[in-house]
This record gives sequence, structure tokens and C-alpha cells, in this order.
Amino acid sequence: MLIDSKKQILFSEFTPGYGLSIALKMSPEKIIDIMIRSTLRGRGGAGFPTGLKWQATAKAQKTPKYIVCNADEGEPGTFKDRILLSDYSEKLFEGMTIAGKAVGSNKGIVYLRGEYRYLLKKLDKVLNRLRKIGYLGKNILNSGFDFDIEIVLGSGAYICGEETALIESLEGNRGEARNKPPFPTDEGYLGCPTVVNNVETFSYVPYIINKGADWFMEIGTEKSKGSKLFSISGDVKFPGVYELPFGVSIAEILELVGARDTKAVQVGGASGICISKKDFDKPLAFESLPPGGSIIVFNKSRDMLKVLKNFIEFFVEESCGQCTPCREGNYRLLEAVEKLERGECSINYLKVLRKLAESMKYTSKCGLGQTSPNAFLSIIDNFKGEILARPKKVND
Amino acid sequence: MFRYQEEILANEIKSIVEKYGNKRENLLRILQELNDKYNYLSEQVLQNVASCLKISPSEVYGVATFYSFLNTKPKGKYVIRVCKTIVCDLNGKDKIINTIENELGIKVGETTKDGLFTLEYTNCMGMCNQGPAMLINNDIYYNLDPEKVVEIIEKYARGGDSNVD
Repeated sequence: MLIDSKKQILFSEFTPGYGLSIALKMSPEKIIDIMIRSTLRGRGGAGFPTGLKWQATAKAQKTPKYIVCNADEGEPGTFKDRILLSDYSEKLFEGMTIAGKAVGSNKGIVYLRGEYRYLLKKLDKVLNRLRKIGYLGKNILNSGFDFDIEIVLGSGAYICGEETALIESLEGNRGEARNKPPFPTDEGYLGCPTVVNNVETFSYVPYIINKGADWFMEIGTEKSKGSKLFSISGDVKFPGVYELPFGVSIAEILELVGARDTKAVQVGGASGICISKKDFDKPLAFESLPPGGSIIVFNKSRDMLKVLKNFIEFFVEESCGQCTPCREGNYRLLEAVEKLERGECSINYLKVLRKLAESMKYTSKCGLGQTSPNAFLSIIDNFKGEILARPKKVND
Repeated sequence: MFRYQEEILANEIKSIVEKYGNKRENLLRILQELNDKYNYLSEQVLQNVASCLKISPSEVYGVATFYSFLNTKPKGKYVIRVCKTIVCDLNGKDKIINTIENELGIKVGETTKDGLFTLEYTNCMGMCNQGPAMLINNDIYYNLDPEKVVEIIEKYARGGDSNVD
């Protein structure tokens, strides 16, 4: 059975202190050791091992250190963090506090996207309650450890989900990505060592500390341990957030959410890839199909060129404009889609654009530009038949 | 603007900057509050912020124009932002836009003559399982259909800008 309650983590039982009361009795080294052994990987998309990130920050000399939660969930088709923030934020705050103890930080910041501003009151209420009952603030649970969390709002910019752009935004700048290295673990917020993790990543932490690394590793595949939240939307009967173990296939997901006549599935949001039926049996895991949080389903009635155009328009608008491959490249891809729409795009021109898309992947400065051609390339490849050689349109 | 009005503005901005502290890292928060207070960030507002933070006005302008939720031009009292990204698009955002355009007599990007509503598109706001969706200022509305949208807009037109459920 696909939804096995034993394999569900984030929606299982939890009371404040679930992991924290245990972590506070541990040494920072011990906490980091458990996190490294659990092989938890970042759930924001990039999949960097969380324990190693914490270890690097713990080893960095400079102080103070910061724990930043990336709650700038902007990837099209992704809404899992909204559910965690709205209904399960105690887990997130506890995960951040444990991270603080592990790396030697007393200050956490949640960067909440401006679109989720309506959640702010609720989140502040939870923070206040945690302070009142001694799980946040000075001398947490009489352990001598101080940690507090502040929420900072974004103002509508997809790029700020990239960790260095997020830090720039926190510092009151335009949200333009930085060069790496230095990595935030050495020089992050205000030049200080900073852990930046996704909402979902932090939310697993109390469970891993409470139940141990081995328990966490029982779930998932060889190289992708644990479960993952999937935001599933589009042409399905039961859209929503599902917690599923790594290794689940697209076909299984489609059955679970009541999808009929499915033609295509966009895995990983606008920056992910679009697959056709031939790949529906592939498992979702870091080593196979990259498991971004977002699954968008398209049935047979959908025009894939229209879908592609929507994705590229998104990137044209959300590119920060800092580097040329991303700023100009996405415009050229949009032009090509418009030509394809009018039935005016030659296959030779498309070959040139394929080269452009490849060079955007290699030469863009940050993840936005590097991943923005994915939809273009995968839709052109997997849905050639319907996209190429469309009849010429006289007038729209 | 009369001199005394300029002074009032300068003092108001000064007190907001002081509330957060005149450090660069507070700039976005300061601009967010001023944007709420004055509806948009005029050149004069931005210049005042720059002088309080002792940075160049062009730096402040650069930040103000980067973020889509900060306005550098006047907007309506209520800014309607309809999500146009893929899933809301599949779920019929065009109908929602048409309805609002017809109801308010404006096109996307315009403001009603009475200054009450501005209509805009926005990118994915994480309501994909309940689209089409829109924000009116900070309030979220979802599972929209043309009739529901008209009801919501009427509620704002009557002056009731309370949140949904």
C-alpha cells in the first residue's frame, strides 16, 4: 500500500519538546552526528545533506551564527510548506531551535514569502506560545541555551527562494544571487556563518532526534532516505499535499490522486522536467527523477505548447536580470515558443535554441537560470509530435 | 507640496525608520511599512528613507523597484492580484480575469477611476490545489468562480475588507 501510516513522519504525533528536550541534553557534536548519519537531504530542491551543512556552520569560526528558514516557497505547483507553516509550525520552530543548539546559534529567522503574509499572525501566535511555555527564548527548558526566532517578510520575488538571494533580501538589498563560494555556511547573513534550510527539512529534525537516524533510514530508497511531501495539482481528482516515501513512482501517484487520461507530468515545478508516459514507472528519488516538491498533472486535452509558454513567461518575469544567459536566454526561448505557436519555427532554428538552452544551464549564475531551460528542453523532446510543425496560424 | 507637508512626511518616515533602526538590513521592512501606509513609495518617500539610512537614493530605488509587492506608482486602495501561473491557468483564471475586467471596467494593470481597485496578475502563490486563486491586498481567496469573485469584490466596494475564513 502506498500510504502506509508507519512511513509517514511529518503528519504523525508531536508535542512541543518532542525532539528538543532530548537534543538539549546532547552535545552539539552528537546532534550533528545523528543528522549526518540520517542522510537527510534538503527538501527545498537542491538536496544538499543537512548534517554536512550544519557541520560546516558549526566549524566556522566567526560569530554570531544564524539559522535561517527558507519559507519563500515560490516554485509553481508547490504548496507543501504552506501547509506546514499553517498547521504544523511548531515542528519547524523546534527543528530550527535544535539546529541552533547544534551549530552554536542563538538567532533564527524565518523568511516568509510576501504572498503568505496572511499566515504571519498565526505564526507569531505560535512563537509567543512557545516562548511562554519555555521552548523558545532565554534558558530554554532550563538548559542554559538561548534561542529565539523572528519572522521577516519577503515582497514578491521568486528568486529570493535561492539561498544567497534570500540572504541579500534579508540584508535589505535586491534579491540577486551571490557567487558561491563563499557558501552561507561560512559567510551568510551579515557575513556570518548561516544555516539555510527549507521549511520541510527543519520539520523532520525533531523526529530524527527523537527516533534516531536508523529509524529514519528504514524509509525510502538506497540513496534517498525518508519520506517527502509532494504538492500534487493539475488534472487530478484529489489535489493536495501527500507524504510519500522516496521511491514511489509517478504511476502510483497518479493512481492515488485519481488522475485520468494523463498525458504529461511536470516534476519539480517550472524549473523541473516534463515527462511523458514512457517515464511514469520511474521512481521519484534523488538518484532517479529529481523529487522536487511539485507534481503537476496534465491530461490529454492540454496543449503542451501553451503549458511551455506559461513556464517560460514565468521565468522571463522572475529572472532577476543580473546575468546575461538567464535574462536574455529566457526572452529568446519565449520568442521561439511564439514562433512555434504561429507555425513559423524551423527545426534548424530549434537546434540553435537547444544549444542556447544548454549554455544557459552551464553559464547562468544561479539555480534559477540554470534550471529555467529544463521545461523547454523536456517538452520539446517528449512532446515533439504535437509541438513541431504546427499549421501556420493566419490570425489568432 | 507645501513645506509643512514635506516636514510632516519627513518626520513620519523618520519615526518609522527609528522603530526598526537605521541599518541597511532593515530597508525592506521599512519600505514594506511605508508602502502599506502611503499606498505607494513616491520619489520623495524614497529620498527621505535614503537620507535616514545614509545611503544613496538610487540604492533605495533599486530595492523598491525589485520587488513586485512594492509600488513605485500609485495604486488602488485594494490591489487584486490574480494568479496566472500554470495550475490556476489550467483551472480557468481567464474567466476570473474577464469577470473582474467586466465588473470593474478596467483592464489588467489599470486602476478604477474611484481609486478603489487595481487589477494585476501575479505569479504562483501556492494555492495550486485550490485554484483559481487571488490576493486582495493581504487576503487570500481561492476556489474562485465568476459569481464568487463578484461577491468578493462587492464586499470590498462596500468597504468591508475583512478576511475570509
